[in-house]
Amino acid sequence: MTTMPSYEDYGKHAPVFPAAVDTANADHPIAPEVRMRLYEIQQQVRLFEKRAYDLFLKGLVKGTSHLSLGQEAIAAGFGAAMRTDDWTFATYRGHAHTIARGVPLTPIMAELLGRANGLMGGKGGSMHLTSVEHGVMGSYAIIGAHLCVANGAAWTAQFNDTGQVAVAFFGDGTTNIGAFHEAVNFAKVWNLPTVFVCENNLYMEYTPISDVVPVTNPAADRAGAYGLESIVIDGNDADAVYIAASTALAKARAGDGPSLIEARTYRHHGHSRADPGKYRPQEEIDAWMERDPIPMYHQRLLQLGVGEHELTAVAQQVAAAVQTATDEATNGALPSLDAIYTDVWADGGWKWRN
Amino acid sequence: MAELTYRDAITLGLAQELAHDPTVVFIGEDVAGAGGVFKATPGLLEKFGPKRVRDAPISEQAILGAAMGAAMTGLRPIAEIMFSDFLAVCWDIVANEIAKSRYMTDGQMAFPLVIRTANGAGSRFGAQHSQSVENWAMMIPGIKVVAPSTAEDAIGLLAAAVRDPDPVLFFEHKSIYPMKFEVPDRAGDIVDELGTAKIVREGTDVTVVALALMVPRALEAAEQLAAEGIDVEVIDVRSLVPLDTNCILKSVAKTSRLYTVEENPRLCGWGAEVASIVAEEAFWDLDGPIERITTPHVPLPSAANLEDATIPSVERIVETIRKTANA
Repeated sequence: MTTMPSYEDYGKHAPVFPAAVDTANADHPIAPEVRMRLYEIQQQVRLFEKRAYDLFLKGLVKGTSHLSLGQEAIAAGFGAAMRTDDWTFATYRGHAHTIARGVPLTPIMAELLGRANGLMGGKGGSMHLTSVEHGVMGSYAIIGAHLCVANGAAWTAQFNDTGQVAVAFFGDGTTNIGAFHEAVNFAKVWNLPTVFVCENNLYMEYTPISDVVPVTNPAADRAGAYGLESIVIDGNDADAVYIAASTALAKARAGDGPSLIEARTYRHHGHSRADPGKYRPQEEIDAWMERDPIPMYHQRLLQLGVGEHELTAVAQQVAAAVQTATDEATNGALPSLDAIYTDVWADGGWKWRN
Repeated sequence: MAELTYRDAITLGLAQELAHDPTVVFIGEDVAGAGGVFKATPGLLEKFGPKRVRDAPISEQAILGAAMGAAMTGLRPIAEIMFSDFLAVCWDIVANEIAKSRYMTDGQMAFPLVIRTANGAGSRFGAQHSQSVENWAMMIPGIKVVAPSTAEDAIGLLAAAVRDPDPVLFFEHKSIYPMKFEVPDRAGDIVDELGTAKIVREGTDVTVVALALMVPRALEAAEQLAAEGIDVEVIDVRSLVPLDTNCILKSVAKTSRLYTVEENPRLCGWGAEVASIVAEEAFWDLDGPIERITTPHVPLPSAANLEDATIPSVERIVETIRKTANA
């Protein structure tokens, strides 16, 4: 029998601690240039998201925004493992996955600021980042829908036998919505090349995921119901993510169907800009901050013989690119009001009557 | 000319489009092996193979999501939602995803897809399998909305919908499926145009604008009224989005009276938009109030006599027009 938590218990649930780093991942024969790319993407996401946060505080970014600070290793691992013609389907927490596919930072930042030089000309905003030319097939802000949409892209790949894979990222909270179950089942029965990636950051918005799922691993423990392997990985270790991503992508390309991967991670901030994240036990936050993916990966690269100066150079380069993006975004013109009436239809217009 | 049921016309239309374009694919629940619960899709699996005609689980979000993802990556999917009432369980994909994604992405994507669905009353199925939900669709920017009333239009408008670069919600009427129509002998080459209404009966006294099952009823009402000396012009709207307002406004300029016949429940029914346009743009052409003949604002009852008395009947159309046309 379950008992209802009392008011006083809010934020006092048992902390969930990160697993120890699997040192064997360092021994995995990942090419050095791939590891440098993993490091670079993580730095790009980290510095971009920090800057985005600063720009909220300055009132330059309106609306809402969901940052991936702390979750960079997942985007990096998949970004580095995916083929350029693979497809990414992200959620409203999609800056990281957009950056990880090589989309330039200026149009992303400008989109957050609602400028004409934004990735979608200011018509989408933070939650809908899309760059078809980079395989970023949209960021979707209604929980669950894009898992179903990713299947459609995977279907095209299967239909045309192109070996392309559709990868859908989503949070732990998504595992409770019907579309998740419909999509995973559909992908399996149609044997589609879809990779479903659950970023389990332990909180469904403000609520501990353990309060709202009856199993320990919200995605992996449901995998068996759809004939899929149960996979839980360390989402804070870019090597672990890269290895799991490569395996799942290869399986999908070979025509062996979908995978469901649960990557454990932790948000360094609240759910969105409105949320200070006070519902999380302090000792839990402390433990996960200790397992910050970026310093950990920095240490690993040093151990593997990469020079500190090389890593510093990457970080400096990224910082400069973020500054350029900030400048170009803040100097960007506001969208023309004509944009209101464009692209409802494929002919570019919005006409609904003669 | 060949005689064809509306149901057979749908099959023919689907076959025509599958044959016309190798990127056209067709999915839904029970559509392939079983040939559709309304028997509107038999033989397509055999003719075009399981790669292009594919059964899906009872997962409407997965079905429409698959259609959307396939459309944005180069296929031209036709997805069936068995009963239009079921659109409610996948409305997120329709209203939030398919309809808005081209706009939100600043035109980076297109969605050449068709959602076919069986709409409307007359089968005594009760309130969850009989609704006319075309007005739900009409109010969402970004989707085109079509509802043919004849076999020829079913083929031609389906072809136009499949070949259109935008998403189209295609409403077939359950009660028209068994009706027979004359169809020209141009099998394989019947292609119509979206956004065009059709004057299906010319008249000079009043204009009646109708959709789907309400079209044959309006035509029958017009015949009865003709015997009483009221000459009714009947317009089959066919396409709610885009809407052929020119056709309607021109007719009203001629007749000076407007009636809409709508199967959807009263509030925000498609006729309200038509009435509003005519009131704004043709007010001085009118000789009397615009009247909307609709299903009252109730869910649909199941019993035969109740259902028949709920949706607009020939008698109700005749009475309404008779009472007011000469007033």
